[in-house]
Amino acid sequence: MRDVWVAGAGMIRFGRYKDRDVPDLGGEAALQALDDAGLGVKDVEFLACGSLFQANAMVGQRILQQIGQTGIPVVNVANACATGSTAFRDAWLAVASGEHDVAMAVGVEQMGKMGLLGAAGGGSGVRTEGVVGSGLMPAVFGQAGMEHMRKYGTTQAQFAKVAVKNHRHSTRNPLSQYQTEVALDDVLAARVVAYPNTLYMCCPTGDGAAAAVLVSPEKARQLGATVKVLASVLTSDPWSDRDLTFPDINTLTRDAAKRAYERAGVGPEDLDLVELHDCFATAELLHYENLGLCGDGEAGRMIDEDETTHGGRIPVNVSGGLLSKGHPLGATGVANIFEVVQHLRGRAGDRQVPDAKVGLAHVIGLGSACTINILGT
Amino acid sequence: MYVARVTETRARRPIVPFLRLPDDGRAPYLAGQRCRGCGAVALGRRLACARCASRDGFDEIPLSGRGTLWVYSIVHQSAPGIPVPYVAAIVDLPEGVAVRCNLVDVEPKPEAIRFGMPLEMTTGTSQQDRDGNDVIAFYFRPAAEGARS
Repeated sequence: MRDVWVAGAGMIRFGRYKDRDVPDLGGEAALQALDDAGLGVKDVEFLACGSLFQANAMVGQRILQQIGQTGIPVVNVANACATGSTAFRDAWLAVASGEHDVAMAVGVEQMGKMGLLGAAGGGSGVRTEGVVGSGLMPAVFGQAGMEHMRKYGTTQAQFAKVAVKNHRHSTRNPLSQYQTEVALDDVLAARVVAYPNTLYMCCPTGDGAAAAVLVSPEKARQLGATVKVLASVLTSDPWSDRDLTFPDINTLTRDAAKRAYERAGVGPEDLDLVELHDCFATAELLHYENLGLCGDGEAGRMIDEDETTHGGRIPVNVSGGLLSKGHPLGATGVANIFEVVQHLRGRAGDRQVPDAKVGLAHVIGLGSACTINILGT
Repeated sequence: MYVARVTETRARRPIVPFLRLPDDGRAPYLAGQRCRGCGAVALGRRLACARCASRDGFDEIPLSGRGTLWVYSIVHQSAPGIPVPYVAAIVDLPEGVAVRCNLVDVEPKPEAIRFGMPLEMTTGTSQQDRDGNDVIAFYFRPAAEGARS
């Protein structure tokens, strides 16, 4: 495998685009990424497109219908919330393997106000949701937070501080779906969605797109690309004692982190920023420990002491995170990489992490898939 | 003809395939599949063991109707048509398997729920299916005073 560089990245503001469609949104992000790289669509040799709810609709090919049909190989990827980051990894593999010199990854989703995922009633007409517990994400991530409470005495207020931090961060990100602060008391007083997560502790639904152009070392030299992919890792669930009954978001993230750090030759202490999968506030604290940003049981203290706030020891989700920036499923994984790339190139504007040299992007899709991409200059 | 239809006995069907509803008077129970290779217990059919990949098959074992609460969430907002609030729980059974279920007969408040509390299984009709059969669901509730746990 050879080194791979990110030559360009693009992202449209997350939000709601009622009058546009998925290929249109994805195409705009793709053109931004190409412009950023100084390349045209005719230079692209491979496209991986992640779009979860239109996974069977050939979105990648339809994006090329929008921006230039060159006949290149296209794959359409679906991997739950890790859809976009899996597309990024496929593009990375296409270049790392030596098969292609320029590959593009696009993540795009249009959710509108589709509401909670995995609605009730299957083909049998028998409803199990809310009768045999819950398989919906709010309850699953509520339970995951409760497990941390059970083990370490973490409090609802500590989880709520994640929402306060990420909403505050998002006020400096013009591409964030929401850009308003919310006070701790208001987070705690908001209606409960699934205890311990209240409304502000749950990510919104929305539309969005992001894209990245990955290139070979030779192309990187020609283009003056400065950001290198140090590791791109994908894991699935190993067997666990509560297998399938209680989705385990921790073990596969720990497995991915271990492999990614080994591959990249860096440790958590070397990271200048982290974009991690805060689909719910509870998840963020668990991933501090899963990614080795602190020891087991220390995540509550870490948020109490503002270590992950912009300016802190290791800033987490300075983009606003999924909680405020938004979580258009297929777009999220590429958007996290876009954010890291901006910081590593010193182009993150008001939210720039000073002298950022190494950043980590983490995504988890329930079912489960975990990606970790470590980028460095 | 009309009379025959209304007096016809409605069938009972389990809400999940691993809930057994014996028609010989025994109480309903959950069935586990125990791997002949490593002894891991799974709910529902698998082609090989998810833990050890053995293809030696499984023995069906009745799971105890008792357990302890591992974790829960109190769901206040769900998909349309689903009554809230309810307590979505993960219950550990002594056979080494966990089950997802609703926790009933408790107030849906954190103060009323304790990690590790002993629980027992109960069943009830949750709904009718498209053919008008009763769909029997299982639930867990706080174990009765003095119950084994």
